[in-house]
Amino acid sequence: MNEFAVILENVLQVLTAGLLVGSIYALMCVGLGLIFGVMRVINFAQGEFLMLGMYATLYAFTGLNLGVFLGSYIGPIVGALLAGVVLYFAGLLLHRYLLTRVTGIRVVGSEGEGHYPQLILTLGVSLIVANAGLIFFGSMPQSVRTPLSTTAWEIGPFIGDHVSVFLNKARSVAFLVSVAIAIALYRFIGRTRIGKTLRAAADNPEAATYMGIDVDRAHSIAFALGCAITAVAGGLVATYYPFQPYVGLDFVIIMYAGVVLGGMGSIVGAFWGGLTIGLVQQLSTLVLPVQLQNAAIFVVFLLIVLIRPEGLLGRNVERT
Amino acid sequence: MTALGKSWRKPLLAIAAFAAAYLVVGLLVQNQYYQLMLTLVLVWAVMGLSWNVFSGYSGLISFGHASFFGLGAYTVTLLLVKLDITPWLGIPIGMLVGVIAGVVIGYPTFRLRGHYFALAMLAYPLALLYIFEWLGYQEVPLPMKREAPAAFMQFADHRVYVALALGLLVLAMLASLWVERSRFGLSLNAIKQNEAAAEAAGIDALAWKLKAIMISGAMAAAAGGFYAVVLLIVTPVTVFGMLTSAQALIVTLFGGVATVWGPVVGSLILIPLAEILHAELGHRIPGIQGVVFGLAIVLVIVLAPEGVLPRIRERLARRAAATPAPSQADGPVPAAVAAAARRSPGGEVVLRVSNLSRAFGGLRAVQDVGFEVRKGEVLGIIGPNGAGKTTLFNLLNGFIKPDAGEVIFEGHRLIGLKPNRICRLGIGRTFQIMRPFPRMTVLDNVLVGAFVAEADDVRAVAAAREALARVGLAARADSPAGGLTTVELREMELARALASRPKLLLLDETLAGLGAREIDRLLATINSLAADGLTIVIIEHTMQAMVRLADRFVVLDHGAVLARGKPEEVTRDPKVIEAYLGKKWMAHARD
Repeated sequence: MNEFAVILENVLQVLTAGLLVGSIYALMCVGLGLIFGVMRVINFAQGEFLMLGMYATLYAFTGLNLGVFLGSYIGPIVGALLAGVVLYFAGLLLHRYLLTRVTGIRVVGSEGEGHYPQLILTLGVSLIVANAGLIFFGSMPQSVRTPLSTTAWEIGPFIGDHVSVFLNKARSVAFLVSVAIAIALYRFIGRTRIGKTLRAAADNPEAATYMGIDVDRAHSIAFALGCAITAVAGGLVATYYPFQPYVGLDFVIIMYAGVVLGGMGSIVGAFWGGLTIGLVQQLSTLVLPVQLQNAAIFVVFLLIVLIRPEGLLGRNVERT
Repeated sequence: MTALGKSWRKPLLAIAAFAAAYLVVGLLVQNQYYQLMLTLVLVWAVMGLSWNVFSGYSGLISFGHASFFGLGAYTVTLLLVKLDITPWLGIPIGMLVGVIAGVVIGYPTFRLRGHYFALAMLAYPLALLYIFEWLGYQEVPLPMKREAPAAFMQFADHRVYVALALGLLVLAMLASLWVERSRFGLSLNAIKQNEAAAEAAGIDALAWKLKAIMISGAMAAAAGGFYAVVLLIVTPVTVFGMLTSAQALIVTLFGGVATVWGPVVGSLILIPLAEILHAELGHRIPGIQGVVFGLAIVLVIVLAPEGVLPRIRERLARRAAATPAPSQADGPVPAAVAAAARRSPGGEVVLRVSNLSRAFGGLRAVQDVGFEVRKGEVLGIIGPNGAGKTTLFNLLNGFIKPDAGEVIFEGHRLIGLKPNRICRLGIGRTFQIMRPFPRMTVLDNVLVGAFVAEADDVRAVAAAREALARVGLAARADSPAGGLTTVELREMELARALASRPKLLLLDETLAGLGAREIDRLLATINSLAADGLTIVIIEHTMQAMVRLADRFVVLDHGAVLARGKPEEVTRDPKVIEAYLGKKWMAHARD
């Protein structure tokens, strides 16, 4: 096998891995982006919802024996979806009893200072949930193990016996589910009545109120749905990535980076942003040591906010 | 009242009393564990003060103060390990590293606002964390120096650490006090409440923010360096981790943001609480510390968003409110306005605008505008809504840059200068949509403008009082600006602009939204300013008021100059009438 073939194989492998991982990042970004887009709230605790999604999936999967009843393909997916349902209600409660105190129409319209209580409140929630996770789940790394986690499909070889691409089965399944959920959400927001409510509340909460739209309810749905989607993404990640209660911090920057890259407020942008971050992360392994993989994401994130804070698809948000 | 120039005696006595009491407690405690806790309380109080000096006063929330803390800790540690340099020197060097890191991080990041700034700050320490891990500094112990322990800041008697930390805290408190009681703090506060207005009033926002983050970086680095000395081991997660940044923010918000004592009080309550719970229950409930901090911050935001200390003060103040407040000494008596001073328009040209153009996308807001302003005249810029009047002002005072054209003020090219530079050159302005600093007193609002004219804080206060008297607002000096009426806000903005002693004043629809009597009041003030020889350019779209004020008109329509000349000529110009009323009314207007 010549050198060119080796490089080609590496690049192809990294690109497909980036695409698979990126699609799952994209889904979590969509969750965060939905919350920001509608409520103008940056949820610091989004990483913790991802973590809760992972544990909920784990307990659903092992507790209900989903692997035995539904098999290794469907089992984890059903587990992740159940986790999404649970976290939807958790999100509703959190919004109802805590976030409404610092969010709402009053805050959406204001720039700057009005937003700090939300950032700080969600930071507090994040600290509580992550550490409560440590208390209840323990610090041992866990994972939702199925035979898929460690097996792969081979595509190719393309040149003679060489240049094959291996698709990890768990990641591939997660990729398909992520894309399907993202499309479903896109159509939900675009076509349904509730979706229109959400868009109206996002666009101009005051005008929406005058049109008889219950903006508080829209916020509540957006927040809960955002939590649920990120939790499902967490459940999918859990099938190939070992996790512990502090895992949220590994992903929260990825989510911010994706959402900012796509342009804050744009849900479609959040999807492409997340996908791009996945590709960047995997491509960086070609040139950087593995330990610096995450540092690369932070650097890319900083470059994005410093050079183009409105994101690739976003509009300029600054007003005078 | 303003915090500027207030006596330092009371706060200094309070700090001294606190330090003495703490020292006594520190010397009496024998248990090493409690000595460590007493030290850590002070370290986190310093860290909180560091966060407060920057984020508390400027309002730019930093989630990344662990960067400075960690760099300080690693500087001290690596200097000792690799070069055998004592922490006595290492901590000052670490502070220097903190200052440099402040500039390196601050300079690019200050272009961001709000969410973006907070998120970007979060990324710095986390990136540093991975980099230090990759460099192989996962766990660096500080070597024991048995031959000369004191020379390497190593003491068998841990009470020395309490005393050293106390010294550090006192220095940090003095620095905070200096910030709070000088134009430093007031400028940061103005930037926090309305950055554009602060810039237009001559505040160099970038310079103040950089100074704040440099001081803050040095304080955090000192805390980090000392932390390394006390704990004798440094890991990336403990010094660069999220909890480090969060703790700085939490002790401050808990105690009271933008106060000298807030971070100290927050640290005194929260650190022992978390430490004791961790020691008692840590083996069974491992994350209890994080839960305590999380709960503390959630409760504060929900129950007392301004923090514990201001809440207590408020209670005490309400109790003391029964006693009548001492009557305020009056400011300088307003100089009797020379009623019939002659205006002498037609002096030399002070401002020359030529071929100025600016487009927003396809909309050409200002196209090819040119005019001159002569010393001592009042030039009225009129035109219907959307004619580009405010955009023209924004071009003149540096808020936006033109696509083409030239602006010369007294021989200086203004294009490309920042608003604060233009203000310093002598151009003051007010805003159509008022931009007060709502949570500052009227005096402080005007004081922000006076900093340009007076380098000395006490004289700046006098200049501010003088400007207030000039507009007839001296009686409201101590009211919060948020409670003023529209006309008072207009007058306050006028005073803020006057306090910078401008040579040219730009007034943007100062009369909009006022009643007839209020208009008369404000017109009298403006006329008296003009009578004193101040050059004024004023925007209005109501003709009536303008005819009583302006020597000359420039009429704008669709961004271009439609007409110019004496008021009586311009008001009869058919093009002008058409622009205001539309073609249909032309016939009526002529009658």
